[in-house]
Amino acid sequence: MTSFDAIIIGGGHNGLVAAATLAKAGRKVLVLEAGSEVGGAARTEEFAPGFRASSIAHLLNRLHPDVVKTLELEKHGLQFGRADFMPSVALSKDGPPLVLHGAYGEVLTGASSSEQSAWKGLRAQLLRYAGILKPFLYRRPPDLAGMSLLETVSLGQTALALKKLGKEDMRDFLRVLLMNVADLLDEQLTDIRLKGLLAFDATLGSHLGPRSPTSLLGLYYRLAGETDGAAGAQVLPQGGMGAVVTAIRASAEKAGVEIRTLAPVAKIIVEKGRAAGVALDNGEVMHASTIVSAINPATTFLDLVGPREIDTGFVRKVKNIRMKGDTAKLNLALDRPPQFTGVDAAGHKGRLVIAPSPDHVERAFNPSKYGEFSPEPVMEITLPSLADPSLAPSGACVLSAVLQYAPYALKEGWDAGKPKFLKAVMAQLESYAPGIGKSVIHAELLTPADIETRYRMPGGHWHHGELQADQMLVSRPVSGWSGYDTPIDGLFLAGAGSHPGGGVSGAPGLNAARRIIAMKG
Amino acid sequence: MAQATKKKPVAKAAGAPVSARIAAQAHFHTLRLGTPFQPRIDALARTQDWYNWAGYRAPHSLWDEELEYFAIRSQAALFDISPMTKYRIEGPEAEALLNRVTLRDVTKLRPGRVHYTAWCDDEGFVLDDGTLFRLSPTRFRLCSQERHLPWLLDSAVGFDVIVEEETEAVAGLALQGPTSFAVLRDAGFAGVERLKIFDLADFPHDGGPQGNTQVTISRTGFTGDLGYELFVSADMALSLWDRLMTSGDLRGIRAIGYTALNRARLEAGLIVANADFTTAEHAIRADRLRMPDEIGLGFMIDLEKGHFNGRRAILEARAKRKLRYVLVGLEIEGNIPAEHAIVYHKKAHEVGLVSAAMWSPMAKRNIAIASLARPYGDTMVEDLWVEIYAMRELQYQKLMKRAKVVARPFIKLDRRTANPPADF
Ligand SMILES: Cc1cc2nc3c(=O)[nH]c(=O)nc-3n(C[C@H](O)[C@H](O)[C@H](O)COP(=O)(O)OP(=O)(O)OC[C@H]3O[C@@H](n4cnc5c(N)ncnc54)[C@H](O)[C@@H]3O)c2cc1C
Repeated sequence: MTSFDAIIIGGGHNGLVAAATLAKAGRKVLVLEAGSEVGGAARTEEFAPGFRASSIAHLLNRLHPDVVKTLELEKHGLQFGRADFMPSVALSKDGPPLVLHGAYGEVLTGASSSEQSAWKGLRAQLLRYAGILKPFLYRRPPDLAGMSLLETVSLGQTALALKKLGKEDMRDFLRVLLMNVADLLDEQLTDIRLKGLLAFDATLGSHLGPRSPTSLLGLYYRLAGETDGAAGAQVLPQGGMGAVVTAIRASAEKAGVEIRTLAPVAKIIVEKGRAAGVALDNGEVMHASTIVSAINPATTFLDLVGPREIDTGFVRKVKNIRMKGDTAKLNLALDRPPQFTGVDAAGHKGRLVIAPSPDHVERAFNPSKYGEFSPEPVMEITLPSLADPSLAPSGACVLSAVLQYAPYALKEGWDAGKPKFLKAVMAQLESYAPGIGKSVIHAELLTPADIETRYRMPGGHWHHGELQADQMLVSRPVSGWSGYDTPIDGLFLAGAGSHPGGGVSGAPGLNAARRIIAMKG
Repeated sequence: MAQATKKKPVAKAAGAPVSARIAAQAHFHTLRLGTPFQPRIDALARTQDWYNWAGYRAPHSLWDEELEYFAIRSQAALFDISPMTKYRIEGPEAEALLNRVTLRDVTKLRPGRVHYTAWCDDEGFVLDDGTLFRLSPTRFRLCSQERHLPWLLDSAVGFDVIVEEETEAVAGLALQGPTSFAVLRDAGFAGVERLKIFDLADFPHDGGPQGNTQVTISRTGFTGDLGYELFVSADMALSLWDRLMTSGDLRGIRAIGYTALNRARLEAGLIVANADFTTAEHAIRADRLRMPDEIGLGFMIDLEKGHFNGRRAILEARAKRKLRYVLVGLEIEGNIPAEHAIVYHKKAHEVGLVSAAMWSPMAKRNIAIASLARPYGDTMVEDLWVEIYAMRELQYQKLMKRAKVVARPFIKLDRRTANPPADF
């Protein structure tokens, strides 16, 4: 049997990025994936005969440039340019939609001219402030006790960037940092469609409404992402999100990474405080001196390591990570493309958002606090087969929608709740795209509970742990252990549950690998 | 008196609502609880000198501090230890849980034995010290100064074990002193002579409303003397007290308060949590936290036994020489107790503090326990001094006295460990 320097648990995109980065640095790496395919929540799968869709994550807006560069993803077939940037369409029942073009609304159409100039100012400000946070949101969080020179320097650079803001801007940056997004939008905008879209984007994937304190951070997190150098730009990868993983996988395999699917890890073997290997659920044992867990942090410690190998205080912290998802996924096989009222052909190829106002988003959020789903859910819709006909039989169409709010712990249980929620979602769609209901050949609704079982994401959570102020940066996944290493020597975390968080970015995987390389170097 | 029985907080309750945990910690609801022995103690309390021991009304002294101390050393002293925090830890994985929580190797603690141990938080700082009684292969009693139910319940996550607070349900007595064995034997505890130091066994006791029951007697104590500790369910407390008092009458048995016990324990070189060191959950200032190696408990650490709380931090502190303090015994010239005196190097440089001190009638020495900042007390033990402020008719007399680092215990009594125990 070959021996490996590093075993990566979990072949999600972060696990693969970590594997490829380590392999490129000369390590012999094995990836163990529980599922039949790699990619985790970033996969393209057939969900109805002849229909394929990005099963969960569908929009790419934060793949980190260092990941693209380190893994040479462009050589492996992943390339995006300005022409691929998708518009965001804020749908409206009573009137024409409002459209953000280019990279997060470089141009705004469908709004009054005063709103356009207000947006220009706000957009510039949001990008400026997100730009300040960006280094924090990507680099390994500062290890305040033992900061290296390099870390000190880069922290200094951020301080410098802050200084360059100018006094007034700096004060305002600090003033708004922990605000709720709705209040900030009310300060600067008037168009409820635009505000609804931004409120939706700020809260997508989290258990927050636009009026929840700190909800603005979600928008900064989004805008800290970039595509082809443009902050906030979004694309639909040809072939679905699985294409991104295919490129990452190709890069990993080229670097010599070995990948085993259908290999669920049941246990991380710890000897005298050091990770020594893993055991699969069939009992097979493999040894390596570096174990990288690119799966959920709570699963890693409570199930695979087990509480008896770690300290009580740490168990406490891990148990307290909040990770009950509120986001569901709908994949529809349609016999023809739907027609959203008032939307032109280009708009149909964009991201269609049903979030008519911040109030709507807030009202959709409210029931989730009490274990109920939104009767009028908000959602983002894409029709990927319009630009990529390979995803559907000819003439037919795929609709991929991310839905909020659908609380993981639904009071009535998802067995009973799921058909009712699907009905609410379809009713909502019908009112924006009349006739769509009749064109449905197959509907696949994945509730957070489904996502949990199918993709091994506890709570079905977007980020493998709420991405809120108390679970970010130096507190992610838990305070004191934000630097990818863990209380178990030789065991590292590399998934979305680690800093900076979720989304298809590869950042946790890349940072973790860099940390491992730096430690041994 | 507060209710002795309440809903059982089992380990499963780790994920249970907060309200269940609050209910399991009812000691907050009554100020200064009485112990199950309170009627007897109140009747003997001539000095009315009370203090608060973990929420209980406990006596500093009952009649005369000096004579109470000498009851320990030359007769038999009865001390109510019911306020000591007690946990029942029971189940197939009780041993594994305790091995993870505490410093010493619990697999080496046989059923029917007791050991002195301590436990730490993740950072390796001592949360408390205490005694662990192994009542059966699967049942333990953990006794300590502070309360730890939330910590123990969170520690029990993933273990097949029940953790239950039994402080109120179980009454405890320490019977200490040269005639203590004879008192027990005469009280009819047949076979008690077979108990070696740190042994425990159950003995029948007939006297409660439910008739026959068990009393657990261990040959343990906090005095460095021959002595025993007895545990019974709270409703048996008074009959047990009476049984001992009756049989001890001719052997000089006396009820005592804490001041006397505190002297005896100092002579025995034993430390008290939150007197000689600050426990991790009480410390507010970062430099008050202590690792086991910093308070003389390093001997408990067993690095071979597998993981335990704080192991990683302790290893790192040892490797990186991050241990900053040391707890030592001092012998101080003269006879004036150096209670809370500052310790100096070369009479000038402040290096530590005395946490307990007395003129020891048994050792005939002026003794103290002190915490010093390393290397003082560790590799630098010469030229140490304590500054004693002796109040003399409204004026401090400042005395600079030479202090010598000496081994603990300060006294060693053969009768403590003699087998069979001597009959005085
Ligand atoms: C409804 C929804 C919609 C989303 N939409 C978007 C979007 O549009 N754009 C975007 O960027 N992000 C989106 N996200 C977030 C994104 O999908 C995740 O943050 C991201 O996929 C996390 O990647 P990962 O590699 O860290 O973890 P995962 O993708 O969860 O991968 C973990 C892998 O580990 C495997 N695994 C788990 N346990 C074991 C084990 N014991 N042994 C072996 N293998 C194991 C799993 O099978 C899985 O393959 C969405 C999330 C949700 C829930």
